[in-house]
Amino acid sequence: MERITPLLWLLFSAGGTVAALLFPVHLFLTGLAFPLGWLEAPRYDVLHRLIAHPLIRLYLFILISLPLFHWAHRFRYTLYDGLQLKHLTTLIAVLCYGAALFGTAMAAYLLWTIT
Amino acid sequence: MKADPHYTLYHPRWYRRHVSVWWWLQNRSYTAFVLREITSVFVAFFAVVYLWQIRAIAKGPEAYAQFLTRLGTPFFLVLNAVAFLFVLFHAVTWFNLTPKAMVLRLRGKRVADGVVLGLNYAAWVVVSGAVAFVLLRG
Repeated sequence: MERITPLLWLLFSAGGTVAALLFPVHLFLTGLAFPLGWLEAPRYDVLHRLIAHPLIRLYLFILISLPLFHWAHRFRYTLYDGLQLKHLTTLIAVLCYGAALFGTAMAAYLLWTIT
Repeated sequence: MKADPHYTLYHPRWYRRHVSVWWWLQNRSYTAFVLREITSVFVAFFAVVYLWQIRAIAKGPEAYAQFLTRLGTPFFLVLNAVAFLFVLFHAVTWFNLTPKAMVLRLRGKRVADGVVLGLNYAAWVVVSGAVAFVLLRG
């Protein structure tokens, strides 16, 4: 664990920056403006055409994976300090980073196999 | 106290004061700290929503239409609204920390915090505009 701490911290901070810069606009559009009809949701073929581009796929991969590692790192410490679960250190770390890895693998699989 | 105490490397257990799980509600800055930590849950929530959307696009037009309908249910609308507020709180606190976390120097002089902050917010506006442009114009 000690040896990969700098890497985990790097993922945390890169993910925090990605989430800060990009999540508000994506969440506002996809989560509120489109479903509430304030703006017209993009049609299927528009999104399908966008996602066909390799750079858009790379963008989506980064957009999903880095913030997941940001969550894993921050949430891990929230559980330790907030809920005083210091004795479950290893279990919490495995569950948090494991979930982030799982989400990352799923994003990679979907973006790689999409046609 | 037990007659045969079990010594550890650290201080004995019975000297520890019990701290309530709600310690962070007693002080406003502690509350802000914990709320900031909780933003990560909503960050993860939205990452999963986006993953869900990509899966729907991969499956086809019907799955995408179903995704849009599901996101429009009251349950998801409320969740999205709350998540949006938390994600905004994350963005603002994250940007406000950057001048402290990353000190920029220009010709040996430290760039003022306000400038670094301004650059962050400018980048935020530009990037958000670009994303909205691509999603709305295709």
